[in-house]
Amino acid sequence: MAELFSLAITAILINNIILTKFFGMCPFLGVSKKTSSAVGMGVAVIFVIMGASIITYFLYHLVLVPLEITYMQLITFILVIASFVQFTEMFIKKFSPALYKSLGIYLPLITTNCAVLYVAQDNITQSYNFIEMLVNSFSVPFGFLMILYIFSCIRERLDLATTPNAWKGNPIALVTAALMALAFSGFAGLV
Amino acid sequence: MNRKENFVAGFVKENPVFGLYLGLCSALAISTTLDNAIGMGLCVTLILTASNMIISAIRKITPDEIRIPVYIVVIASLVSVVEMLMAAFMQELYANLGVFISLIVVNCIILGRAEAFASKNGILDSALDGIGMGLGYTFSLLLIAFVREFLATASWTITNPFNNQVILHLGLEFLEPFKISMFSTSTGSFLTFACFAALFTVLRNKPAKKEEKKEAK
Repeated sequence: MAELFSLAITAILINNIILTKFFGMCPFLGVSKKTSSAVGMGVAVIFVIMGASIITYFLYHLVLVPLEITYMQLITFILVIASFVQFTEMFIKKFSPALYKSLGIYLPLITTNCAVLYVAQDNITQSYNFIEMLVNSFSVPFGFLMILYIFSCIRERLDLATTPNAWKGNPIALVTAALMALAFSGFAGLV
Repeated sequence: MNRKENFVAGFVKENPVFGLYLGLCSALAISTTLDNAIGMGLCVTLILTASNMIISAIRKITPDEIRIPVYIVVIASLVSVVEMLMAAFMQELYANLGVFISLIVVNCIILGRAEAFASKNGILDSALDGIGMGLGYTFSLLLIAFVREFLATASWTITNPFNNQVILHLGLEFLEPFKISMFSTSTGSFLTFACFAALFTVLRNKPAKKEEKKEAK
């Protein structure tokens, strides 16, 4: 239990997926302008990563390993992720049109969110068992959601501040991200 | 736009990293040293050129509805091949780049160019576009790595990825006590990137401003 807890803390705070590993930068800069869309995106990413990780985990251990075709890992995983995102899109469209509208273009873009592929691959390379895999694939996107939310709050205030012309928009947001990364590096000795 | 303009556009005006903010994950993570930047940049250039050519060649027989999955399979196969070749011939670089090689699959630059350019243009044009965009990406990585490696270690080193022999080592020893190790971490990466992004915004807006002034006169 203690091991699972430290695994979760490591994934959320210490090795945060955005601030120390730089995965999922595109939505980090693209969807963080409004708090509401940031939270929607974060939740969608948690759902997709959980689902895709579980499917790829079983696919790897029940199909690829017995057939000895593990070199097909990359192609299989990316196809699973692409179709799972498509499935999620259709599901949300059917059951919650309002959420579908607010997520807009960013929903299909989760396919090219490197975080999804990274978590799926990481679960295999770290040779986690099933429970560890579940904890890891929840905590990593949870850290993503948390940082995305904090960052979008800062960015909403940043819009009201005066910034030099050249720094407007993404450059100043990146400076903010740098300061956040500095702050989060303080968690390094926690576990 | 003629071919030459198309080719050059990738460097400043449509620089994929600083201008369009594509492929950020690898640009931020890999740019710690010049070695990694060159390796990653050339890898992406190679895959981008090959995928652009293949996708352009099959553009007429690809059904429109399933074009994205087709592109992804083409790109994923190319990445798998490059990954295996690197594991065999350049172990050191392979270990340094690690998971980022397989993540080239989801690099937005490659899928973006496939969708925006290769699916509409001929093979030769697509190949040139791939080389131009790829070199633009390499160029951006090199810029960041150039600054970061110097600030973090007070020297520049370039090694041969095939046998790990140092080709070039340029160090300023009197600056050794002043090196800032923060620049090898993620904070330094974000900070360097932000400065370059601002610089490129200025560079891109410059010609536009001149035209405005002319009109005002």
